Parts: sequence; C-alpha cells; structure tokens
Amino acid sequence: MEEQLKIDFEKLLENSNFSKKNVEIKRKSFNNFIEKGFPNRRQENWKFSDLNQIISKNIKNLSFYNDLSKPNKIDQSIFIDSLEHNKIVFINGRIEKIEFDYEEKNKIEILDDLVLEKPNNNNNSLIFLNNAFVCKYFKLIVKKNYSLKKPLFIYNITNKDLVSKSINLKVDVLLEENSYLKLVELSNDKSVTNFININYNFDVQKNSILKNYKIDNNSNSNIKYYFNNINQDTNSVVEVFLLSSGSEFIKNEINCCLNGKYASAFVNGVFILNKSKHHEIKTNINHLAEYTKSYQLIKGVLEDNSKAVYQGKIFVNSKAQKTDGYQLSKAILLNDNTEFNTKPELEIYADDVKCSHGSASGNLNENLIFYLQTRGLNYQEAKKLLINGFLLDVVEKITDSEIKKLIKNIMSLKQ
Amino acid sequence: MREKEIAKLKDYKYGFATDIESIKAPKGLNKEIIKFISEAKKEPKWMLDWRMKAYERLKNLKEPNWQKPKYPKIDYQDIYYYSAPKSVSEKPKNLDELDPKLLETYKKLGIPLQEQQRLNGIAVDAVFDSVSVATTFKDKLNDVGVIFCSISEAIQKHPGLVKKYIGSVIPLTDHYFATLNSAVFTDGSFVYIPPGVKCPMELSTYFRINASQTGQFERTLIIADKGSYVSYLEGCTAPMRDENQLHAANVELVALDDAEIKYSTVQNWYPGDKDGKGGIYNFVTKRGLCKGVNSKISWTQVETGSAITWKYPSCVLKGDNSSGEFYSIAITNNHQKADTGTKMIHLGKNTKSKIISKGISAGFSDMTYRGLVDISLKAKNSRNYTQCDSLLMGNKCGAHTVPYIKNKNSESNIAHEATTSKISEDQLHYCQQRGLNPEEAVGLIVNGFCKEVLQQLPMEFAVEAQKLVGISLEGSVG
Repeated sequence: MEEQLKIDFEKLLENSNFSKKNVEIKRKSFNNFIEKGFPNRRQENWKFSDLNQIISKNIKNLSFYNDLSKPNKIDQSIFIDSLEHNKIVFINGRIEKIEFDYEEKNKIEILDDLVLEKPNNNNNSLIFLNNAFVCKYFKLIVKKNYSLKKPLFIYNITNKDLVSKSINLKVDVLLEENSYLKLVELSNDKSVTNFININYNFDVQKNSILKNYKIDNNSNSNIKYYFNNINQDTNSVVEVFLLSSGSEFIKNEINCCLNGKYASAFVNGVFILNKSKHHEIKTNINHLAEYTKSYQLIKGVLEDNSKAVYQGKIFVNSKAQKTDGYQLSKAILLNDNTEFNTKPELEIYADDVKCSHGSASGNLNENLIFYLQTRGLNYQEAKKLLINGFLLDVVEKITDSEIKKLIKNIMSLKQ
Repeated sequence: MREKEIAKLKDYKYGFATDIESIKAPKGLNKEIIKFISEAKKEPKWMLDWRMKAYERLKNLKEPNWQKPKYPKIDYQDIYYYSAPKSVSEKPKNLDELDPKLLETYKKLGIPLQEQQRLNGIAVDAVFDSVSVATTFKDKLNDVGVIFCSISEAIQKHPGLVKKYIGSVIPLTDHYFATLNSAVFTDGSFVYIPPGVKCPMELSTYFRINASQTGQFERTLIIADKGSYVSYLEGCTAPMRDENQLHAANVELVALDDAEIKYSTVQNWYPGDKDGKGGIYNFVTKRGLCKGVNSKISWTQVETGSAITWKYPSCVLKGDNSSGEFYSIAITNNHQKADTGTKMIHLGKNTKSKIISKGISAGFSDMTYRGLVDISLKAKNSRNYTQCDSLLMGNKCGAHTVPYIKNKNSESNIAHEATTSKISEDQLHYCQQRGLNPEEAVGLIVNGFCKEVLQQLPMEFAVEAQKLVGISLEGSVG
C-alpha cells in the first residue's frame, strides 16, 4: 500500500495548486502517516477495532487520489423535504452546493482553501492522512449574536462511480459569541468499499449553542472514520447525537474540551447493527474548568454477527472542581455471535466532583416479553416494542423537536 | 537523630531492620545465579531446566509499559536475587532451633510463631527474604492430609504435585515480571488440600523483606482438590529503606471440582517516606484457575503499602458453574501509586463473577482501578457484577477507573457501576456534631465506605485491616 500512497500523493500535488505553505505541511503530514501507518489493535485507542485489518479485509486496491475536477449531478430525491433547511452538499468528496436560503447573508461566512494547521504532536495517524490528502479545507463561521433560523444539513453523498477510494474531508465550524447552530449530517452512500475520513473542528465560543446530529443510516460497505474535535468556551452548550447504523464500519471519535466555566456537553448515541457491521463510538470529555457538566448515554441493539464498541472517557483536571460527569452505556445482544465491548473510563484529579459511569449488556428480559405476551402481543411484536422503548430513551434526549421527529421517522420508532 | 528515627517509625511501625547475618548470592541476573538458587534449594534437574527456559525467554522480553504509574528503570543486574538468614541455611526441625533473633522479629511484627504453636488458630508459614523460616501447626494439618509447607520443600517432597501444577495457571510464556519470577523465584508457600477436606484452620504466610538491595520473588501454589475448602491469608512488611525494592511474586491457585479457595491479602510493604523516597515496587501476578465444575475462587485484598502497586488478581472461570469474586480496598497516601484491579475471564457455562473495588486516594497519590470482564462465546448464561467506587481526599491526588468489558454472548449479563466523589461535608458535619473530631469522623466514614470488603476478611485480619485503614490515612485530613 505504501507504494500506492506515494504515487497517489505525488499525483495529488501535481494536479492541484496548493499554496507553498500547504504543500510543505502536507508533505510533513504524509511522512508522518507513512511512518505510523493505519492504526492497529496494538494502539490502546484501537484495541477493539483493528482498522488496519478491517481495511485490508474489506477494501482491495485502495487508492488515495480522487479526480475532483468534474462536477457531479445532484440527485434531488435524497434531500429531506419534510422540513426546511440550509444545505451543503458533498458528492464523492467534492463540494457541489452551498445554499443558505433562509439566512441573512452577512451573518454567515464560508472560507475555503485555508492554510492547513501544522500537525501537532498527535498519535492519531488518520489526522495526518487527512491533512495530507484533503483537497479543500472549509471553514464555516456563524457571526456574533446570530442564530440560524433553519437547521443546516450537510449531505455526504457518494455514488456508484466511487470504488475503493479514500475520501478525506476537513471542515471547521466556528460559532462566535452568542450564536446558535443546528447541524445535521446525513450520509447517503451508493458506493462500495471506500475509506472515508472526515475531520471536524468545532469552536464554540461564549454563550453559544451547537446541536450536532450525525446520521448514518443507509446500508453500505464503506469504512468510515469521523474525528470531531470540540472546544467549548464559558457557558456554551453542545449536544451531539449519533445514529450509528448503516456503514460496514464506522468510528465516531469525539474529543470535547470544556475550557470555560459552566460549559456543558451532551453526547448521546445509538447503535442499530446487523450482519457483520462493526461500529465504534469513542468519546473523550475533558473537564478543564469549574462547574462544567457532561452527560453521555449510549445504547445499542445488536443482531447477527455485528459488533459494537464504546470507549468513553471522562477526564477531570485538578482545576475543574464541581464537575458533574455522567456516562451510561447499555446494549441488547440479540444473537449469539454479537459482541459488545466497552471501556468506560474515569480519570479524575479534582476532589469535589460528582462522576459516575455505568455499563450493562445482555439479552432482552424474558419476563418482560412474557408480560407483553400475556397482554396479547406475539413474541416478535413484544420484542419489537421493548427494543423500541429501549432506543426511544436516547432519542427523547434530542432537544430539538423538529429534528427529533425526523430522526424518529428515519429510525421508524413509534411514540 | 534517634528521635527522628522514632518519629519515622511511628509512621510505619514495621520499618525496623533486623540485624541478622545473611547469605547472599552475588548481585546480578545470569545463568550462574539461577543455578546457585536452584542448588541452594537442592532442586531436582527438571526444576532447574524450567527456570532456565524462563530465563531464556526473559532475554527477549520487554517490560510492559502501559500502566499508569511510571517508575524509573530497574537495573536487574543490581539486585540480590537470593538472600537467606545464615542460621537457617540448614532448615531447623522445629521452632526451638530457630534463631532467636528471627523469632524476635516476627514477634515485633505481631506474629509470635511460638505462641501460635500453642494456641489454636492459624497455621503460619513465615518467609524471611528469600527463604521460608518456619511453618507452624504441621502435625495437625498432616492428620487431615493437608500439605502446607514452603515451595522448596514441596519441590523435594511432592515433586509430582508441583510438576503437575506449577506454571499451569501462570505459564512460562507470560509477561515480563511473571517470567522473571519463574526464573529466579526463591521461596513461597505450597498448599495442597486433598479431596473432600475442609482445611481445619486458616493458613497464613507472612512475607518479610529484610536485607537491603534484595528483591523478593516468591511463588505460591495452592491446589484445592475435589470438594475441598481452604482459606489462605497473606501479610507482608519490609524495613524502611531509601532505595526502591522490587517484589515480583507469582501466586497460582487451582480449584478442582466443587472446591473453594479464599485468598486474602493485607499488603503493607513499606510505602516510602512522605516525599515519596524509597518504598517497595509491588509488581505481583496473581491468578486463580477454577478448573473444575462448581469451583470457586475469591480474592480479598487490602492494599495500603508499597510505593507502587501494580497487580490484578484474576480468575479464569473454566469449569461450568464456577464463580470468581474480587473484593478490594486500595488506599494510597503521600506519593504512593497504585494500578490495581482484577480480570474475570468467563470460559465455562453458568459462570458468575462479582467485583467490588473501593479506592481511596489522599495526599499526592494516584490510584487506578483497571479491570477486565471477558465473557466468551461459550460462556452461556454467565453473569458479572462490578462496582468500583473511589473516594478522593484533597485536590492533589487522582482516582481513575479503567474497566474493559467484553461481552460476546447474548445469554450473558454484565453490569458495571462506578462512582467517584469526596466525603460529603454533611456527613462530616453530622459526625462532628455527635462529638467526633474531624479525623475520627473521616475514619468512621471511610470504614463505612470499605465495609463491604472488610466483611469478607477472616476475623483476625479484619481487625488488623480496619486499623490499617485508619493509620494509612492519618494526616490526610485538615
């Protein structure tokens, strides 16, 4: 693979006109990646999901260069029409549409082709890979005191033409003071066996609110890695909801730093897996200031040979007194060959804190099924009702009612 | 000067060193030393070969480095691997022949070997540096067929049993410190409980590191044959020294059908002084194998000593219906560091495990609970319950929880809970209102916090452990 990487990297530099500074950083990142390679299970972070193995098992002849010069046709049918929204559309890693029809134009700014940041001393080789191969680096800025009237949907679409490619996207979102953004990411994949590596960087300033809903619902054979870095200032609120269900493999990594007092983060997620899918959610919540709060709830329903992994960490700095941290993960294993691995971790250096975590996994409670059967439901219906209730618990945590409704529809949950 | 010494001793009352002549093998780790140890123990050839195999493997191994407490590099060539009190180079036949200085030492430690000979109670095997110096109550145990002796003696007298079981739970191919132990282990206890026997008394081993610059590498092997029961206690102390000493023991437990082993430890090695100077590195491998059906292994530990504690008493639940338990209190103060927990590996059907871990950190210390619960595909209908609570005293210390939970079986249930908090002001206030001073109040609350685990200890140990909890936290309040 190394040979292929080198060829593709040179091809990319040849065919694009990056600034000199960017080329330099890209080269550095590239060398860094070559040195480290794809992460494998020997790294603590990837202990339960050996990406190196998963990629070599699922993708044959992975190539890294993508010709982005030709525009793609947008298939209108994939847009959600039940609610009005702003759109950003990526097709096969190329940006095709930016549409903020409902907003004041001067309150939103989109920058592209930014200078890449120098890779800091990080062990995550996929960030280096992203840095090396990303074509356009976008930044979305929501100006001070502005609340978006409608949610913003980012559509991540891949079509049939894309086979065994690697897509790298990098998006920064800056919420200036007192601003408000609802961001929904939807993916729709018709492509087969690609490796998609997306880097998000959220900067949430004082008193701002970010609601981020990531929906991976339609079945596909792609391998995905999402890295979300969130920085929160005083009194900011971040809500993340993950629906992890469609792709063959997906790892959602959330690294959240609560830098300002009274900042709070809510991370909720749902795994609904079947076949041989293997999904992971990794969170890293860093409490770095006083009176910060975090809440995490992850639930999973696993069928067939699927495997889910949750690695959640709460870190509390010695300055972060009065921290409130909570974390709960639960899974229902419906088949014998399913697997649920968790590592709920607490690392605490302050004494006046309230931190707890819980984790449970097992099968559906037969007594509950029996109870429902005595009320006239058949076995399958009873099972379905119980799973419905189990998952609804997480979806109900979504604070935006419109989007909650949408997600319930997507998940076909009943009220 | 003397006053200073006494003041020091107050902190760690077992900190005295006994001035006793000892025979030491030269420093260093090499084939000659291993041969020397083996010869000194009059071991048969197979044992030496086994040690050599371990040593060969060790050469290509690296020390693990994933643990939280980092420690300065240990120079393995700068340690005495064998040290024995001169007076026991020929093992005494009974206690009357034992060097009075040794008896005195154990008396100071609160283990009067002679008195215990007369009183009914606990059978003790005392290990001083590298050798076992005395085992009490031999006759009485012999009557019911229980073998309780030092492992060196067992290698000579019961080679069949030792050969069959040594390395069956912690194989030669294990991690660095376990392999090091396999190569250079000096002494330890050996227990065999014959089928259907309930051991009539508590068995106990007392470990003492006395000589400086020595490491203690003991190996304990406990076998509970079908339908038997044994309760085993272990205590440890060491003199106060400025240097760090290494303690890398291996403990193997094997429980056959319907057998039960209860293993309790009160670990009180010298923790180093207030500034974190000196103290023992306690890198111990403890593993129990529930080999037979319906077998049970239960670990109870009270960890208050050592500069660095790094150990995970584990249960491999291989037999159907077997169960494993782990109860732990770990207390760190000053600059102590602990990375401890357990592993429950469920292999058989209907296996059960329970983990209760209580961690208390004070001063500048750091405490980590690290545990693994692994339910394999074949372990149908198995269950695990884990609870780990941490208490923080002061904002210079840390408490961490790192549980690994793997469930590969839909018919199994796992539940895990963990909390971290400090002692609530309300509780403290309430106790003080009732006339307790702040220190007593904290002691009371901490004892309540630990009660679930303390209850698991045999009576004699429970009292000692309760006191130990209080002493370990002295000076951490206010």
